[in-house]
Order: sequence, then C-alpha cells, then structure tokens
Amino acid sequence: MPEQAKSAKQRPLSPHMQIYRWPVTMATSIIHRATGMALSVGTLLVAWWLIAAAMGDAQYDLFSMVARSPLGQLVLFGFVWSLAYHLLNGIRHLAWDVGYGFAVPTATRTGVLVFTLSIFVAIAVFVYAYAAKGVHL
Amino acid sequence: MTDGSPAARVEGLGSAHTGTSHFFRQRVTAVALIPLAIWFAVSAFRLIGADRDAALAFLHAPINAILMALFVIAAVVHMALGLQMVIEDYAHGEGGKLVLLVLNKFFAWLVGAACVFALLKIAV
Repeated sequence: MPEQAKSAKQRPLSPHMQIYRWPVTMATSIIHRATGMALSVGTLLVAWWLIAAAMGDAQYDLFSMVARSPLGQLVLFGFVWSLAYHLLNGIRHLAWDVGYGFAVPTATRTGVLVFTLSIFVAIAVFVYAYAAKGVHL
Repeated sequence: MTDGSPAARVEGLGSAHTGTSHFFRQRVTAVALIPLAIWFAVSAFRLIGADRDAALAFLHAPINAILMALFVIAAVVHMALGLQMVIEDYAHGEGGKLVLLVLNKFFAWLVGAACVFALLKIAV
C-alpha cells in the first residue's frame, strides 16, 4: 500500500539532533562518555611521563618541553578538565547506583553543579599553577 | 535454590553471557579511582616545573610507587570497560566489533604494562 509507505516515511524523527533541545541530563551523559574517551588518550600522556622519567634526562626534558608548549598546555587543560568532570560526574553516577538523586529536578541540579564545578576546578588548577608555581608558556 | 531469585536460575547470564560482571567491575574501579585519581592529580601538580630528579625521588618512594601502580592499573581496567561499552554501542558489524574489542584489550594491557615497567625500573 503506497499510502501507508508514504506516511511511514514522513514520520517525525525524534530526537532530531538539530532541533531537539538537549535536557541537562542528556548533555551530562554524553559529556561523561566524551571525557572518558579523552581520558583514554590521557593515559598515553601518563605513560609517556612515566617512561620518560624511567629513561633519562633527555627524554624527561623532551616531555617537559612539549608539556610546556602552548599546544601541550591546551591538551593538558583538556586532560585536567576531563578528569575533573569525569571524576565529579562519576560520583554522581555512583550516587544513582545506590538510589540517590534520581528525581529529574535533582538530576538536573546536580548535573549543572558538576559541570560548573569541573570548569571551576580546571581553571583554578591552571591559575594556581601559573601564579604559585611561576609556570610560563 | 541459592537466593531464591529467578536470576539465579538463568543459565545464559543475559545476551553478553557475563551477567553483571562488567557493571560491577566498572563500579569497583570507579570507587577505587576516586581517591587514586585525586592523589595522582595532586602529586602530578606538585611535580609541575620540577626536574627529572625530583620526579624520580617522588616515584622512588615505595608508597608513591605502589599508589601510582594501583592508579594506572585501576585506570586502564576502568578504561577498557568504558571503551568496550562505546564499541558495543557504536560498532555494528560483528566482525569489526570483535576486532575493535580485542584491540581495546590490547591497548589497555599495553598502556598498563608500559607504565608498570617504567615504575619498576624507577623504584627497584
């Protein structure tokens, strides 16, 4: 039946990514996965740091030089923020696992809180590093 | 009857045949990583701007070597479990999915082994 086929084709797609307003809980969920994937790349940085320390001064200096470069600082900022977000939102997930914070208004509130805190922590770490440690690009 | 629940009598343990093992291991490593990741972040922060000797002195201390090894191991296990979920969600072909799942395990073991080897080389 062609009519039925046509109506099936015109069914609205939901959620349609371009027009769908993301609820906070949906955004925090996808960011949790994205930061988790970013942290997987981050493990390579940890490995590089440890291996460089084990290998010698030249290797350690190379790691330090790359870490201090503008691109290195950008990557490290992403790493620090990802770690802060994934850690804080992970605690939120663990609270859900034991049955707390499931009400939608609560989940939305904690989602905003976790996101805001993660940004604050990441910026605070870098401000403190530049100010107190005298680190410069 | 062990616990009287229908789940106890399920033979196949669900579509993945592993029951709640993945879920449980992900939570156990998550809980372990809360203190370990905070310890790692604080430690790494304190070594900013320090030279290799300072890093070696830090990693040479047994407590730091042990905590760093625990952090790395918990992190790569948690990573493998998390990336496995991503692959299972987004890789649709069975063959490609299997290859990615195996590569995922290899990656976690490789990163973990490299980190632990470096730590042993420094600490021992």
